[in-house]
Amino acid sequence: MDSTIALFLVQDGLINGAIYALLAVCFVLLFAVTRIIFIPQGDFVAFAGLTLAALEMGVAPGSALLLVCLGVACALFDLAGLRNWPPAGWLLRRLGAYLALPLVLWLGVRDLAPMDLPVWADICLTLVIVVPMGPFTYRLAFEPMRNASILALLITSVGVHLVMMGLGLLFFGAEGYRSTPIWGGTILLGPMMIQGQSALLMVCTLVILGLLWCFFTRTLAGKALQAAAVSARGAELVGISVETAGRRAFVLAGLIAAIAGILIAPITTLYYDSGFLIGLKGFVAAIVAGFASFPGAVFSAIVLGIIEAFAAFWASAFKEVIVFGLVLPILLWRSLTNPHDEEH
Amino acid sequence: MNRLQTMSVALIALTPLAAQAEVTICASLSVTGPAASLGIPEQQTLAFLPEEAGGQAIRYVVLDDATDPTKANTNARKCVEDEKADILLGSSTAPTSASVAAVAGETGTPVIALAPVTVDAAVEPWVYRSVQKNALMASALIEHMQKTGVTRLGFVGFADAYGEDWLKTVTPMLEAAGIKLVAVERFARTDTSVTGQVLKLVASAPDAVLVAGSGTPSALPAVGLRERGFAGQIYQTHGSATTEYIRVGGPSVEGSILPVGPVVVAPQLPVSHPSRGIGVEYYTAYVAQYGEGSVSAFGGMMFDAGQLAAAAIAAAEGTPGTPEYRMALRDALEGLTDVVSVNGVYNLSADDHYGHDQRSRVLVQVTDGAFKYLALD
Repeated sequence: MDSTIALFLVQDGLINGAIYALLAVCFVLLFAVTRIIFIPQGDFVAFAGLTLAALEMGVAPGSALLLVCLGVACALFDLAGLRNWPPAGWLLRRLGAYLALPLVLWLGVRDLAPMDLPVWADICLTLVIVVPMGPFTYRLAFEPMRNASILALLITSVGVHLVMMGLGLLFFGAEGYRSTPIWGGTILLGPMMIQGQSALLMVCTLVILGLLWCFFTRTLAGKALQAAAVSARGAELVGISVETAGRRAFVLAGLIAAIAGILIAPITTLYYDSGFLIGLKGFVAAIVAGFASFPGAVFSAIVLGIIEAFAAFWASAFKEVIVFGLVLPILLWRSLTNPHDEEH
Repeated sequence: MNRLQTMSVALIALTPLAAQAEVTICASLSVTGPAASLGIPEQQTLAFLPEEAGGQAIRYVVLDDATDPTKANTNARKCVEDEKADILLGSSTAPTSASVAAVAGETGTPVIALAPVTVDAAVEPWVYRSVQKNALMASALIEHMQKTGVTRLGFVGFADAYGEDWLKTVTPMLEAAGIKLVAVERFARTDTSVTGQVLKLVASAPDAVLVAGSGTPSALPAVGLRERGFAGQIYQTHGSATTEYIRVGGPSVEGSILPVGPVVVAPQLPVSHPSRGIGVEYYTAYVAQYGEGSVSAFGGMMFDAGQLAAAAIAAAEGTPGTPEYRMALRDALEGLTDVVSVNGVYNLSADDHYGHDQRSRVLVQVTDGAFKYLALD
């Protein structure tokens, strides 16, 4: 192995690590605010990539119809939970979000998709289709069990992942898709050749992480989210709605997952079930960071990506074994160095 | 009252039919589940199979096993017990075919599998296959490598049974041909990056690379190799011979070479190829019904199975529905010679229940986003 190969492997590791980092941040965020270990996170990445690829091919993506189904289910849940007639404004807002938005999207996308739209329009459409899936899923699966234990929430989350995968097969089919690069050029950096799309991916990841940092430290909404994460009861005492915080966290997670999907769709072939393994790597990075620290999660995600790249080079047959095997000693070390209660 | 009348009319109408001897062929196919992309064209081919052979009408029954070996087993039993099947067909994958074959051996019913299934010696007399062995497919690739002067080959295959079997098949063949295997790498269907493997392959300076994967995932290494500036020949296996592979791979898979059953490029075959006539007939009829680019090797396998069954029915004597007749069909299958079908010419014998020769595979090259027939000589 010479230095050029090492540089290429590091580059590959950084690209994969960047995606894992985005997902790891989502895992940490959702766990902190809602105590949910959100396994379907990766599925949203795949859905976003597949939606973008479908739009590029001029086909109405199945995810638009999926969103309609989720929306109808959410609306039914809301109506069934009513004890007395709600204020008209509340009803209008809810039905607007759960029924009108997905329906308009679905009908609109069927007319818009064959029209050979510019890339940015495809990306915007993908975002508005995939992002609401986050809060919709939260409303459907997790809001009704707000006070459940972490374990019960985790089991539900695995269930949601299985349902999502089945729906993905139904709406996208078994074949893989790849979208065209948003930026097709290459950058020459000494002996390194960096694909434009890869560079774009890394820049976007950095920007998103930077924006997240600003959001949490500089804005009221971000500080409220953080407060809800630190102590739910404390936050409620000072007038922060934990329910709203949960929803906002899921919007954020949906947004990040959708952007990650849009960014990797041109780099790899995505399948309806590709998301799980990507999500799992992000999950591992979040675990290594103790599900608590954002910088820790980002750092371990990038290290994980680089380890993976080198493992693929040295022993491709054992790539996943090496990646997941290395997590064990780290977990052991973590549990020995900072012991804490099972339930908190 | 009305319904009763209709029923009695139907019953009267049925009586002469039931008296007339009718051969039953019962298929268990993976029309749903992970192997649906194989099972669907197989099921759709049913409409093009012979309706009678040797003066006897053939009745077809198709059951879906959802790519589940347990379901395939149940289906095979249903075929034999409820439908009184004389010949079994299927299934689409090796594990499901093994289930069907087990029932076939147990009940003494001949079966034509559509997957390269390996069974016990006791069951083997009853099991025939209308699918090419990997070794036959590999021989076409190796012939091409020798002809174009490839001496160093890189291998990147699925980290599963498919990749493993290909590696095991080609390793001795390459050795015999004097081609050196310079790198052996693995990747998974769900991998999002194969950069590590590609770098290792390129670093070992091969003349050509063989990608042993099935479906669209096998496009990923090809794309990676071209991105890293690899200019040598890329070979794929017949598992990738779908239009989806070209769609996903785009310009990176231009020029890649695959071994396929002749039916995939039937209209492009040379006039001298024995499968051309019947192949074009099936190809045109299938395309007319299911659209351009719909013909796959899998539908062809089903068509072949139908031809083999018809040839055996024409040769066998006896009353359908009896064990003696099934025995006669088995003997007839084993003795079939020169059965021309869309995937080559079959010559079955007690030692060879595949019956293919080199006429059962051709090479194709991806040219301008489509598979083009590539003459080997």
